[in-house]
Amino acid sequence: MSTTSRSVLHVRGLVKAYKDVVAVNGIDLDVFPGECFGLLGPNGAGKTTTIEICEGLTDADEGIVEVLGLSWRTDAQELRHRLGIQLQETQLSEKITVLETLQLFRGFFRDGPRPAEAIALVQLEEKQHARVGALSGGQKQRLALACALVGNPDLLFLDEPTTGLDPQARRQLWDLIERFKKDGRTILLTTHYMDEAEQLCERVAIMDHGKVIARGTPRELIASIGIEHVVEFSSSPDVRLEPIAAISGVRDVRLSEGSVKMQVTELHRAVPALLDELGRQGAPLSELRTHSATLEDVFVALTGRHLRDG
Amino acid sequence: MADQRWKRQALLQLTFLRFREFTREPEAIFWGFAFPILLTISLGVAFRNQPAPVLRVAAVTPAVSAALGREPLLDVQELPGPQALEALRAGTVVLMAEPGAAGSVVLHFDDTNPEGRTARMLADRAVQLAAGRVDPVAVSNELTREPGSRYIDFLVPGIIGMGIMGNSIWGLAFSIVDARRRKLMKRLVATPMPRHYYLMSFLLWRLILLVVEVAIPLVFGVLVFGVPLRGSLVQLTAICLFGSLALSALGLLIASRARTIEGVSGLTNLVMLPMWILSGVFFSSQRFPDLIQPLIKALPLTALIDALRANMLRGTSLVQLGPQLAVLVVCFGLCFTLALRLFRWR
Repeated sequence: MSTTSRSVLHVRGLVKAYKDVVAVNGIDLDVFPGECFGLLGPNGAGKTTTIEICEGLTDADEGIVEVLGLSWRTDAQELRHRLGIQLQETQLSEKITVLETLQLFRGFFRDGPRPAEAIALVQLEEKQHARVGALSGGQKQRLALACALVGNPDLLFLDEPTTGLDPQARRQLWDLIERFKKDGRTILLTTHYMDEAEQLCERVAIMDHGKVIARGTPRELIASIGIEHVVEFSSSPDVRLEPIAAISGVRDVRLSEGSVKMQVTELHRAVPALLDELGRQGAPLSELRTHSATLEDVFVALTGRHLRDG
Repeated sequence: MADQRWKRQALLQLTFLRFREFTREPEAIFWGFAFPILLTISLGVAFRNQPAPVLRVAAVTPAVSAALGREPLLDVQELPGPQALEALRAGTVVLMAEPGAAGSVVLHFDDTNPEGRTARMLADRAVQLAAGRVDPVAVSNELTREPGSRYIDFLVPGIIGMGIMGNSIWGLAFSIVDARRRKLMKRLVATPMPRHYYLMSFLLWRLILLVVEVAIPLVFGVLVFGVPLRGSLVQLTAICLFGSLALSALGLLIASRARTIEGVSGLTNLVMLPMWILSGVFFSSQRFPDLIQPLIKALPLTALIDALRANMLRGTSLVQLGPQLAVLVVCFGLCFTLALRLFRWR
């Protein structure tokens, strides 16, 4: 019971099936005040169904959902006043301006910032008299964010807030979300970008096929798979891999799409040893990349698939 | 009280949204307002009351030509015999007159053609008068061209009714399905917006628009064609209000489930086409067989147009239009209740 009283969002045993597809299959979640919690997973993992059940837009088949200590069954209207929601792929009316859009949404909530203040929160002041149809993808997404903030919500739901945006617009949106976090807002966001989850979320739950397959802080999850670094290189096709796999600290050497990918515990020992071995074999090195293990590697380690493969 | 204020704001803002979406769409304004006027003009011109037509006839000799020329309603051409016959066959004249034996006159015409028969009577009278006949009884003409019995008088109420139906159904059904398709409706439903306000904002907007969409063809018809307004204007307003609510509710019902523009287009045509044909927009619905008259009378557009015509052309009071108003009220109640129950909010 202690988690129930502390958590802003409390979900137990959530199940939802559409005809013959089980979209969500027994999910438990707890989101605590002031944190940004990420639901990470490939498309079709059940993230949107889960968040829409929490938003009261979809009915669950089974399970408990408590939001802000309230239930959708009995307190729907109160909840709608206290939640900020940004849906995937909402197209706001293109003929009205940014300011008019926020006046419209502000009109639905009993209190919250003035429309102009909400516009300032997402840094769209310059565009406030522009029609929605004239905004770029990133600006539209920021407007959607402002519409979510206009009721001064206690909990913010963001469903894939940066999908389809260019890198610069994504970074801008991340900065905004970071600011909301500093203001002490609680956020549940879904994403299929592991870098987004790592950047923004204190805790994440990785979803696949309607289930949570791992949960924790990004750091914990990355540590849990026992990989610190990943080394990728390209060489001639006849390079022999067995001696490379035998280098100390190297694990899981595999060939993918013409390049060799391996997991490494100590980068500073493994890389010189790899270069020596390639030199011994007389194999040319055309490409060498290293990166620290990411949530993507966690997903690969757990499922054998890449996030983007779906 | 603060609670009441935000609720008023919600309805106000939703109605503003309707207003802005409409006025910023030039095409909607054209089809909503300019189109009925163009239609009224073109039909009014096509069916305008012309001065009594002058009939073209041919005469073969100058004497006959002079005799026929005394009749102002005949336009006489003097032509040689074969050419006059040719003109009659070609239809450029409806009658040909030539001298016959012993001072008589022979009239050639087609007796199955009403104009030919009229021309024959006029020509006969002209020839007799020229020959010195004196009529025993003096007859004088008094012309009546009564407004209210012309085609344009019949047409204007029909156009007003059709406009109310078209704008209610297209305007509502398309906006709603578009909002659903764009997931805008789902987003609105995720806010505390009271759902019935969403539907009410459409009805409210329709009522505001009604003033303009009725006033334009009405004022135009009255000023340009002298269409009569014999009934009470207040009652005329009430009829339009009832009609608009009934047809808007029908529009809501049409849009209550459809997810795509294609889907709603099909439904809209299915509902509107029979009413365009049966409800007597362009010609009297009395022309259809008696068997389907009860069905025609039950259509909301028939009720609206019948009531409009009764008010404008005959000055009938609202009290006597009970059956028509009943159809509209029942249509509104039924469609709105069903629409609320069936409405797909996402």
